[in-house]
Amino acid sequence: MSAAATARAYDAIIVGAGHNGLVCAATLARAGRSVLVLEARATVGGCAVTREFAAGFRVSAGAHLLHQMPAALIEELGLAAHGLEYAATALPTTALAADGAPLEIGDLAALARRSPADARAWPAFAARLGRFARLLRGLLAAPPPRLGSGAWSDRLALARLGLRLRLLGRRDMREFLRIIGMNAYDLVADEFESELVKGALSLDAVLGTNFGPRAPGTVLTLLYRLAAESAAGPRALAQPRGGMGALTQALARAAAAAGATIRTGAPVARIRVDADRAAGVVLDSGEEIAAARVISNADAKTTFLRLLGPEHLDTGFVRRVDHIRSRGVAAKLHLALDRLPAFAGASPRALGGRLLVAPSADYVERAWNHSKYREWSLRPALEVTLPTVHDPSLAPAGQHVLSAVVQYAPYAPEGGWPAGKPQFLEAILGVLESHAPGLRAGIRAAELSTPADLEREFGMSGGHWHHGDLAFDQFYLVRPVPGAAQHATPVAGLYLCGASAHPGGGVMGLAGRNAARRVLAEGAR
Amino acid sequence: MTTGRAVPAHFRKPLLETPFHDRARELQQNDQFVGWAGYSTVDVFSSVEQEYFAIRNATTLYDLTPMVKYRIAGPDAERYLNRLVTRDVRKLKVGRVSYVVWCNDAGHIIDDGTIFRLGARDFRVCTAERQLDWFADSAIGFDVAIEEVTSEIAALAVQGPTSCFVLKRFGLAGIEQLRPFELAEFTVGGRPLLASRTGFTGDLGYELWLQPQDAGSVWDALMDAGRTRGIRPIGSQALNMARIEAGFLLPNVDFVSAEHTIRVNRDRTPLELGLGWLVDFDKPHFNGRRALLAQRERGLTRLLVGLDVAGNKPAHNALLYAEPAGRREVGSVTSAMWSPTCKRNIALAIIDAPSFAVGTTVWADIYLNRELVWERRMAAARVVERPFFAPQRRRATPPADR
Repeated sequence: MSAAATARAYDAIIVGAGHNGLVCAATLARAGRSVLVLEARATVGGCAVTREFAAGFRVSAGAHLLHQMPAALIEELGLAAHGLEYAATALPTTALAADGAPLEIGDLAALARRSPADARAWPAFAARLGRFARLLRGLLAAPPPRLGSGAWSDRLALARLGLRLRLLGRRDMREFLRIIGMNAYDLVADEFESELVKGALSLDAVLGTNFGPRAPGTVLTLLYRLAAESAAGPRALAQPRGGMGALTQALARAAAAAGATIRTGAPVARIRVDADRAAGVVLDSGEEIAAARVISNADAKTTFLRLLGPEHLDTGFVRRVDHIRSRGVAAKLHLALDRLPAFAGASPRALGGRLLVAPSADYVERAWNHSKYREWSLRPALEVTLPTVHDPSLAPAGQHVLSAVVQYAPYAPEGGWPAGKPQFLEAILGVLESHAPGLRAGIRAAELSTPADLEREFGMSGGHWHHGDLAFDQFYLVRPVPGAAQHATPVAGLYLCGASAHPGGGVMGLAGRNAARRVLAEGAR
Repeated sequence: MTTGRAVPAHFRKPLLETPFHDRARELQQNDQFVGWAGYSTVDVFSSVEQEYFAIRNATTLYDLTPMVKYRIAGPDAERYLNRLVTRDVRKLKVGRVSYVVWCNDAGHIIDDGTIFRLGARDFRVCTAERQLDWFADSAIGFDVAIEEVTSEIAALAVQGPTSCFVLKRFGLAGIEQLRPFELAEFTVGGRPLLASRTGFTGDLGYELWLQPQDAGSVWDALMDAGRTRGIRPIGSQALNMARIEAGFLLPNVDFVSAEHTIRVNRDRTPLELGLGWLVDFDKPHFNGRRALLAQRERGLTRLLVGLDVAGNKPAHNALLYAEPAGRREVGSVTSAMWSPTCKRNIALAIIDAPSFAVGTTVWADIYLNRELVWERRMAAARVVERPFFAPQRRRATPPADR
C-alpha cells in the first residue's frame, strides 16, 4: 500500500450507492460491520434518483414507480423513520386504446364492456398467475443454491423449491410447467380476445428487457414482475413523495444511521487484489482504501472486465461475462408540460397512475422488430406516468411532468444516436399526441435518455437498467453467470450486490440484501 | 484485440502439402503419408528402425511445418501470455524458448506448446492443435494481436548427435554456442532463418524456421552438408519412439485436450501429468490457478508415470492391475515401446493413488497376437522416474564436434 493510502481499513467497501448498494450497506452496518460506500456521482441513488431536467421540473431519472421493493425490507430498514413518504400508493394501471375508452386493468365491469368472455376469464387467470408469482416470490429473498455442490444447505434449498412446486397441486403444477418456458404472446392469446388486454400484459412481460412478447421466456419475466409486486404488498404501485430519489435518500440515511460511511464524488478506478484476494479499491484520484471485502453494486461486466480486470480471472469465466446479454432497449422520456395532458377518456384516477400505450400484443412485437435490426421503433410502446398529479412539488405550480419508459430503443442504432434521437423523439411524441391530442402544444422542454445516455449517466453496461436481460440462461442459479451466481465471485473477498446478481433488476433491493446475507453467513470479518 | 488467420490458397485438397513435400515425395520409399493438422506428412520414409537409430546416432531431418504457429504481439502480449499459461512468461528473456501448457478454468490441460520470445512485445507460440478460439477469448480485455502464421513459416527439425556439426557445415556459424532453449537468427546464402535449440527427441538437436520459398534449397543444402554424417529424413513413427524415451507427452495419446473431452474424468491437470514443474503458483493469476491450487491441497488421485515393464513385449494399451491376478484395476498405459537405446521395455501410464509412487510394482495385461492367435500375459511393471533416456549431449554447449 502506498504512503497515501488511507489508514483505516473497513470490513467492506461497497462500490456504488445505487439502491442495492445502499440496502447492502445498511444491512451490513446494522449487523455491526464497518462499511464504506463509494459513489462516483455527486448524489447517491444510482439510477433511482430524482433530478431536474428542465428549469423547475424534476423527475425520477430511471424507474418512476416503486412496486417491487418488499414491504418487509422497507419496514426492516425503517425507511419511514428516515423520511420515506408516499405521494400515492396502490396506483392503477390503465391501458390506453386507439379506438375507444381506456381500460383499467383489473376493472371487470369495464372489461365486460369490451369483452364479456375476457371479463369471465380474468379472475381465474389473475388468481392462477398470482399463485405462480407467490411460488417465484419464494426464490427472491435468498442467495440461490449451487448445483452439484453436495452441500446440504444447497440440496435443502433445491428440495424446498421442488416441494413448493409440488404443493401447487397437480393441476397448477402442470400448468406452471406448461407455461413457464412459453412466450407471453401465446399465453395471453390463449386466454383473452381483447387486444387491449393482450397488449397490456405483453408490455408488462417485456418492460426493460430486450425481448418482444413472442420471445420464449417472456412468461417468466411476466411472472417475475408479479412475484416482486406481490412481495411489495398492498402499497404497490407506489410513488414516493419527491420521486424515486426520495427512496434512495431514505436508504442512505438508514445506512448512515446504522454507521455506514457514504462518500459521493468518489469514482473507483479499480479493485485492488492482493494474494488473489480483493483487498480494497483505488479511486480515480489515486487514493487507496483498504478493506477486508469489496462488494460491487456495478454491473457484472463493469465489475469484472473494468474494475477488476480479466487478468485476475480465468478465460472461461471472462468469456461468460463478456457474453452477458445486456444491451438496453428501454429509453426514458421526460416532458415539462405547462398543462395536464388530456388522454382521451382517461379518468383523473387513471391519470395519476400508470398509463400503457400497447394497444395490442402485435403492436408490442412490431415495436420490438425494429430494435432487432438496430432501428428504433417507429411506433414505440410506452409506460407513461404523470408524477405531478400526486406530487405537485416536482414542477412549478400548475405545471406538469410526464415520465415515460419507451420501448424499443436499441443501444447502438444504425447511424448512431446523435443523428437518430430527434427522429425517435418525433416518433414518440407522435404516438403520445395520438392518445392525448394537444399534448405537444404544452411541451416546454423535452429530454430523451437512450440506453447510450443511461450508460453514460449511470455507468450501466449497455444502458441496461436490469444489468442484463432476465432470461432462463441469466436467471437464479446462473445469474449473472455460473461461478458468480451466489453473490461471491472467483476472487475471494469480492462480491456482487447489484442488479446483475440474483434476483436481478427493478427497484427491489433484494440483490443488495442477499449479498449482505451471503457476507454475514460467512461469519468472520 | 485483433485476430487473423493466414488462409492457405489451396482449399480444394483435403490435405495440404508442406513446402518440403516435393523432397519428401522423392525420398520416401513406402508411400506412407499421414494427415497431420491438415497437412500430408511422412509417417515412415524407409524403415522405422533405421530412422530411429539415425536420431540417436547421426542426424535426422523432420518436417514439422504442420505444427500450428501463432504470432502474438502487442503492448499486453507478455501480460496476456502470463495469464494464459502456467509458467512465468515474465522470466522468459528475448531470444529464449519456453515449454508451456495452458489450462481451462478447471485447471484441465487444453494443450502444450512452446513460446518463442522474439522481442519484448513479440512472441511466437507453437501448438499441437489449433487454438485460435481459446486464444481469442483469452484476449478479452488485453491489447494484443493474434495471428495464425502456420503456412507462412516452414519448419524443419534437425536432430541427432551430429546435428550441430551438420548445421555448422550448412553455414550456421556459431550455432555451437546456442544453449538449450535459445534461439538465434542466421542468414545462409542470403536467406534468413531462425534456429532454436529445441526438439522432441530428447537428444542434441535444433529446429529451423524459414521462409516457405527457401524450404527446398535449405533441405538440399542440409542433405549435402550431412552426407558424411549419416543424415536421413525421418517420419512421425521414428520421432514417436524418441519422444517416449525422452518422456515427452503427446496430445490425444497421453492426454486429451479439455476442449475435446466428452466423458467425465477424462480431463487431466498438469499436476496429474507430472508437469507440476511447469506450474508457477508464485506468479500472478493464470487460467486454472485456483483449481490447481485446490488440487494441490487435496492431493493427487492419479498421476502419469514411467513404467519399466518385464519382458520385451511392449505394453500397448495395457490395463494395469494391483496384483498379478488382475482383479483391482489401478490404471492404464498411454504409450509403450521396447526402447532399443535403453534396452528396456518402457511405457507411460496413468495410475491411481497410491500405486503411482516410484518403486511400486503394478501388473500390465499384455495381449500378443501370434499369427492370429491371441495370448495374454501379465507382466510386472515397476513405476520409475522419467525420462528414460537423457544423454549429456542434449545439454552440452558447445556440443561435441563430430
